Amino acid sequence: MRVGLFIPCYVDQFYPKVAIATLELLEKLGVEVVYPLNQTCCGQPMANSGFQSLSKGCSDLFIKNFNEFDYIVSPSGSCVLYLREHLSETGHHHPDYLGSRVYELSSFLTDVLQVKNLTGSFPHKVGMHQSCHGQRGLHLSSMSELVAPVFSKPGKLLNMIKDIELIALSRVDECCGFGGTFCVTEEAVSVKMGKDRVADHLLQGAEYITGVDMSCLMHMEGILKRQGSKVKIIHIAEILNGDTGEGNN
Amino acid sequence: MTEDIVNQPGKVSLRGAGARDKILAAVAQNQPPQTELPDIGIFRTGAPGSVEQFVQVLTNIGAKAIQVKSWNEIASFITGNYGTARVVTPIAELANFKNIPENSTPHDLYDVELAVVKAHFGVAENGAVWVTEDNMGLRVLPFIAQHLAVVIDSGEIVPTMAEAYDRISRLPAYGFAVFIAGPSKTADIEQSLVIGAHGPRSATVFIIDQRAR
Amino acid sequence: MKVTTKEHAELAGDFNGDEDRVNWHDETLWWVRQKRDKVVHQLPEWEELRNAASAIKDNVLGNLHGYLQQFEAKAQANGITVHWAANAAEHNQIVHRLLNEHQVTRMVKSKSMLTEECGLNEYLHEHGIEVIDSDLGERIVQLAKEPPSHIVLPCIHKKKEEIGELFHQYLGTPLDVSDPQVLTEAARGHLREIFITRKAALTGVNFAVAETGEFVVCTNEGNADMGAHLADIHIASMGIEKLIPEKKHLGIFLRLLTRSATGQPITTYSSHFKTPRKGQAMHIILVDNGRTIQLGREDFRNSLKCIRCGACMNTCPVYRRSGGHSYHNAVAGPIGSILAPNLDMEKYKDLPFASTLCGSCSNVCPVKIDIHDQLYKWRQVLVKKGLAPTGKIVGMKIMGAALSWPAIYRIAGKVGRWTLKHAPFAVNNSFNPWYKQREMPVPPGESFGEWYKKNRTP
Repeated sequence: MRVGLFIPCYVDQFYPKVAIATLELLEKLGVEVVYPLNQTCCGQPMANSGFQSLSKGCSDLFIKNFNEFDYIVSPSGSCVLYLREHLSETGHHHPDYLGSRVYELSSFLTDVLQVKNLTGSFPHKVGMHQSCHGQRGLHLSSMSELVAPVFSKPGKLLNMIKDIELIALSRVDECCGFGGTFCVTEEAVSVKMGKDRVADHLLQGAEYITGVDMSCLMHMEGILKRQGSKVKIIHIAEILNGDTGEGNN
Repeated sequence: MTEDIVNQPGKVSLRGAGARDKILAAVAQNQPPQTELPDIGIFRTGAPGSVEQFVQVLTNIGAKAIQVKSWNEIASFITGNYGTARVVTPIAELANFKNIPENSTPHDLYDVELAVVKAHFGVAENGAVWVTEDNMGLRVLPFIAQHLAVVIDSGEIVPTMAEAYDRISRLPAYGFAVFIAGPSKTADIEQSLVIGAHGPRSATVFIIDQRAR
Repeated sequence: MKVTTKEHAELAGDFNGDEDRVNWHDETLWWVRQKRDKVVHQLPEWEELRNAASAIKDNVLGNLHGYLQQFEAKAQANGITVHWAANAAEHNQIVHRLLNEHQVTRMVKSKSMLTEECGLNEYLHEHGIEVIDSDLGERIVQLAKEPPSHIVLPCIHKKKEEIGELFHQYLGTPLDVSDPQVLTEAARGHLREIFITRKAALTGVNFAVAETGEFVVCTNEGNADMGAHLADIHIASMGIEKLIPEKKHLGIFLRLLTRSATGQPITTYSSHFKTPRKGQAMHIILVDNGRTIQLGREDFRNSLKCIRCGACMNTCPVYRRSGGHSYHNAVAGPIGSILAPNLDMEKYKDLPFASTLCGSCSNVCPVKIDIHDQLYKWRQVLVKKGLAPTGKIVGMKIMGAALSWPAIYRIAGKVGRWTLKHAPFAVNNSFNPWYKQREMPVPPGESFGEWYKKNRTP
């Protein structure tokens, strides 16, 4: 099994440690992982702003970089959802097939690798943020609106980590307000949503906020830092890779 | 407005006829291919309606459920609680109370304190009772009265709205009918529930034991 | 109502000027969402009911031409006069003409979002007709000279103290009384007088049954019935999409509507109007006003399945924190944002962007409208129509180009990180909306690409 690693542009530039953790975790689990060097972005920033036509260059590049792999794995529910839903709309042959081979990291671990145990330890109180695209789009977890059985793929993995204490939130799956360009075009509402989401985690005594999407976490991190909070954000890949939570900024 | 058709000889001279044709033509042109209707028979529970559930839900929605064995019990409840206030009921079994006077207008009912009407059946899942025009006397009666009482037979409780419409299909036709679930209410001010908006301030449902009849 | 040229972001920004009020608004509506959750989780068949409702509405859209004519014929046979209005102006003119014919100058009206959409009250007012809204929430916003901010809870944006002031001014309640019980009692007395004296009543329509020609109106207050049963003339206004095929289908929709809307198992009154009362005139106005255009838009026609429960508003994290008026349209929130551009793309071009596309709206929708997908699709349509701001077009073109060329992307990334590290003032300033209330991420020394080249490539 050859896996292509797709790293979202802003993770590549601002959170390389998340990409490193993803790579190392997959390697530890015995997967042959390759990171094609000429990758950039999934194209979602343009498309979600109404400029899907301008994301064709990104789609071309993505297909060129990743067509040869059995699976493509990415530590982002949002980018993966975009690729799965819209890669086919950019005019390429068999793009659906490629789209269906793209996996968000936690679901790749639970559904493809069927990971049963992990070795890490993370002795902290952790709040799990349900990023909407991963949750409602990729169905990584059950959704509070639906009358359906409760499950969580990221939650299942986190529970394999020793000493971790996952806290319960009062609103289990409310959006954080990042929303791509929404975070700047609707600055006031975006920030208010982020503040409220962060407040819920703080109220329940979280030391860390984790999730499957660095974009949501980056938004909440910006708010936490502005508030002078000591609560940190950490991508799920870092916890699953055995990061102990020390040395994070 | 498309007045052209109105003035054409031989056409029905109705204003708005142009709009009708225009709308229907646009609908015909733009509607998608037709799809099948789903089988909604799957929602029938097959079980009888539960009186206990009905009573519980009525209580939850701010109504009062009273299980009685006879019409006499209902009559004495009314007398005991409403005394000399204006009570109106079209129910033959409660002939001791006044019916709506003949030739009354709806407006003549403005001072009714209590209206008592029969319902055909109740719905366990939501506490609603089905009241048709022939049981109201005047349509406005169950709405304009300060208080409402409804009488249903304990054997006439269906579990859900799926069975309710089955039941309605076997009843005689009506010009007006209504599901009433509890007293008139509003939560428009800060979501604070207030009972007694424009209609009755209270709703009492007498569930009369069918074996006693 | 008030003419506004402000867009959603700016209006929402104004609303957020008072954070306590935003918190209160958010929590009040979240409470309604929780009530909805509680009651739907009592029905194991909930998702099946949604599937059925969605399928029934699909069937309606696919045979609307037939159902409309069937309904018209049945309603006429029942003694109801049926009118057709191609647009808002025609609708308003028909109402006005009917009132003139009955020599009526004062009308009582129960809740009808369609008449809000058509601007009926303003139109009639200009023609010397007085309209009193009888739904408590609508009466309150009418007194305040504001449009409703929510389709089910019209004055959800108003605090009880503000309502107390209005009632003191207009209904003569004592100063500083704000107890909802007392205020509701005052409105009851005031509106009873209206009901008793008005000879014409207008109601909305929740469902119209093609099979039987009857229509169903749902209220909790009983105001639609008080108006209709006391009036000599009853006018019911409905959008053409309100049809359902058969009466038994009400058994699906009435189970879904109020559970989704307020968390009640059913409204207090679900009134089935089939024939006029003896001596009464009953009219139905079937209104298009853009609906047939929406029907022809494959990506957006599903929005016509809407039964106006408002669940998408209550669950929407953006709506709860921006207020209904920020959508500057009769129907606010997620559903309003996919309906409004159909009426006027230029005027409502901002609304499809007033969302994070979180998807909660689609999950609560009782008829399974793909609301958040339609928001995404409207964005594409609006940009193609050239309705995006110039600055955004330029920015997006540069971004799209840079991300298409790995070499340019790598240089841009490096420059960006260098700037953040060595000249943060270039980014962390008032021109950067991110920085206004959030810190920028701390730039790392190297990108993952650079790290990978050093550590993994042979």
